Amino acid sequence: MSDKIIQITEMNKWFGDFQVLKNINLEVEKNKKIVVCGPSGSGKSTLIRCINRLEEHQKGSIIVDGNELTEDTKDIEKIRAEVGMVFQQFNLFPHLSILDNCTLAPIWVKKMPKKDAEDLALQHLEKVQIADQANKYPGQLSGGQQQRCAIARALCMEPKIMLFDEPTSALDPEMIKEVLDAMVDLAKAGMTMIVVTHEMGFAKEVADEVIFMDEGMIVERAETKEFFANPKSDRTKLFLSQIL
Amino acid sequence: MNKLNFLQPDKNNLNTYLYTGVILLSLSIFIVFLNSFFNRDIVSFLPGTISFFLPLILGFIGLHLIRIEYSGLKFLDSINKNINTNNFNAFLSLIIVFVVIKSLPPLLSWFILDANIAGDSKDVCTGSGACWTYIKIWFNRFMYGMYPNPEQWRINLSFVALAFLGTIGFFATEKFKKYLTLYYVVVYPIIAFFFIFFFISGGPVFFDFSYGIIAAVISVIIGFFIPSKFKMYYFIIVPITVYILLKHVFFYEELIELGKLETLEWVETGAWGGLSLTFIVSFFCLIFCFPIGLFLSLGRRSDFPIIKYFSIGMIEFWRGVPLITVLFMSSVMFPMFLPEDMFIDKLVRVIIAISLFEAAYVAEVIRGGLQALPRGQYDAAKSLGMGYWKMHILVILPQALKLVIPGIANTFLALVKDTPLIFVVGLLEIVGMLNLAKTNPDWLGFAMEGYVFASVLFFIICYAMSKYSYNLEQKYKTER
Repeated sequence: MSDKIIQITEMNKWFGDFQVLKNINLEVEKNKKIVVCGPSGSGKSTLIRCINRLEEHQKGSIIVDGNELTEDTKDIEKIRAEVGMVFQQFNLFPHLSILDNCTLAPIWVKKMPKKDAEDLALQHLEKVQIADQANKYPGQLSGGQQQRCAIARALCMEPKIMLFDEPTSALDPEMIKEVLDAMVDLAKAGMTMIVVTHEMGFAKEVADEVIFMDEGMIVERAETKEFFANPKSDRTKLFLSQIL
Repeated sequence: MNKLNFLQPDKNNLNTYLYTGVILLSLSIFIVFLNSFFNRDIVSFLPGTISFFLPLILGFIGLHLIRIEYSGLKFLDSINKNINTNNFNAFLSLIIVFVVIKSLPPLLSWFILDANIAGDSKDVCTGSGACWTYIKIWFNRFMYGMYPNPEQWRINLSFVALAFLGTIGFFATEKFKKYLTLYYVVVYPIIAFFFIFFFISGGPVFFDFSYGIIAAVISVIIGFFIPSKFKMYYFIIVPITVYILLKHVFFYEELIELGKLETLEWVETGAWGGLSLTFIVSFFCLIFCFPIGLFLSLGRRSDFPIIKYFSIGMIEFWRGVPLITVLFMSSVMFPMFLPEDMFIDKLVRVIIAISLFEAAYVAEVIRGGLQALPRGQYDAAKSLGMGYWKMHILVILPQALKLVIPGIANTFLALVKDTPLIFVVGLLEIVGMLNLAKTNPDWLGFAMEGYVFASVLFFIICYAMSKYSYNLEQKYKTER
């Protein structure tokens, strides 16, 4: 139990009449890197958005770091503070400089002194190699730089888990690498990561396990090598043949 | 020498075209100028219709001749680019220039040349122009309404003091910058209220005010010697203590006996008026309607049904009734529901009514801004562990409000221009005073001057506000 940081059992979710997630069972151990892939509309994004309750599930249970997510979870903010998230569209705060983007949550949510927060932010910005852009505004940066800033912003909260929702899908091909590099570094540092992505190269390099989803169900879950070498279901084979 | 083709002027014979064109153009403007300013028609030897259209034809040909692309002359190029791009635009430009020249003499003569400002009675206004004497004589009333003349320094002093306090933001050092918002949103309106309530209104309460000021000054001075750790408590406890001591122990009786301080004469709000009342009403309505509107707009998007439907109800109700009925209700109906011995001043009621009314509009404007923000901003803020209020204060509202600055400025300008409606409850701000003055038997027939005067004042106020809102937009622009 102790090393199972995320436990999802029999989770179902509907958007109106449409069932997006069907009987999801998923356990993630600490420090594991999971890649979630699948065709669009298969519920990958919804699944990881459920993990920090940006979406509410209707049935089943989700336990994150020992706390069950239910309708009357009072400290949902506390759980969210432990779960960092990186979005497809970066979602940086355009009215704040890069540095302020990174220090905003530590200062106001974790009550960190401003000086410490700035040091921490610069440290993380340094790691993703955009410390020199700290005083610019998001609108002045390229997509790749913005996404790296978004990673740094999430890291500044010192989360236990990082969720990536198609972090490279909105980027020019040339910028994908710089973002993936930052994610690889993060993975090597031992972060627990769940990554929704179509970058199979990244999956092969860092993932411990790969999950394939289709039509709201987990079709296949396997060790990375196993997944790419002998996919079991036909649907997975079809998907892999198209994407690789 | 290249061949001259007057239908298609080109660069080769630049000077020929240019001189001919400029001469024709000048001639046409000169004809209109003489006609308009000196009433001389130098082309009257021509048949009527032709002489009427001659300037237009000459100017048109002139502009056609100087329309030379890439002439190399900067001034000529900029004229061609801006007012002379093609025949139709040349025609429009000419018409506009002629209309301006034509309308200048009558305007000049009405405003300045034939106007009167000397003297102090209607008899001096003999010319055909404006009678500024009327404005001069009534100026005091237009500014202060029925406020007694010897007491008007109180209004002046208050306004000067408030204007000065309002500029503090420009002088604040880096250290105090972060308190500026708090100052402008909370402290400044309170100070303004105290000034108006104690000082302009006057009466025995004035003593409280002066003690309050003394207490504040003393505690600020002592404040420099207090370690910063205790300052928060200090600034709450000490001023109150000093104030109570001043009021009940030291001063009160003695000062009155010594006659050092005389109470300010009480002036009831019904006597306030003129431009100063316009300012007072606009100022407080602006200050109140914004936060109320903000909360209504957030309430309308709330998940709690009670808050949501309350907000919707408020917004739709206030938007659905005309301001004039709201004002009328506030002054006539509202007191009927109050207990016998309870009395709320008419001005206060009016300010509350206008604030609620405009708040509904502000709420919808802000809601527009909230809806324009992408959902990702909410997601990002939530994923960083922010709760509802932190998310809105730190992330959502700064962006949404920035988006709706033009809309809010619009509402605020409308509010300022709505203030004359308070005449329905008997409060006479500047337009009300004008209406009163124009019906004065000694000064009949000068309505025009009065309304021009009021328009100019309103234009200055509104233009300043609009300029300020534009500056704010530029200041908070972070996109490229």
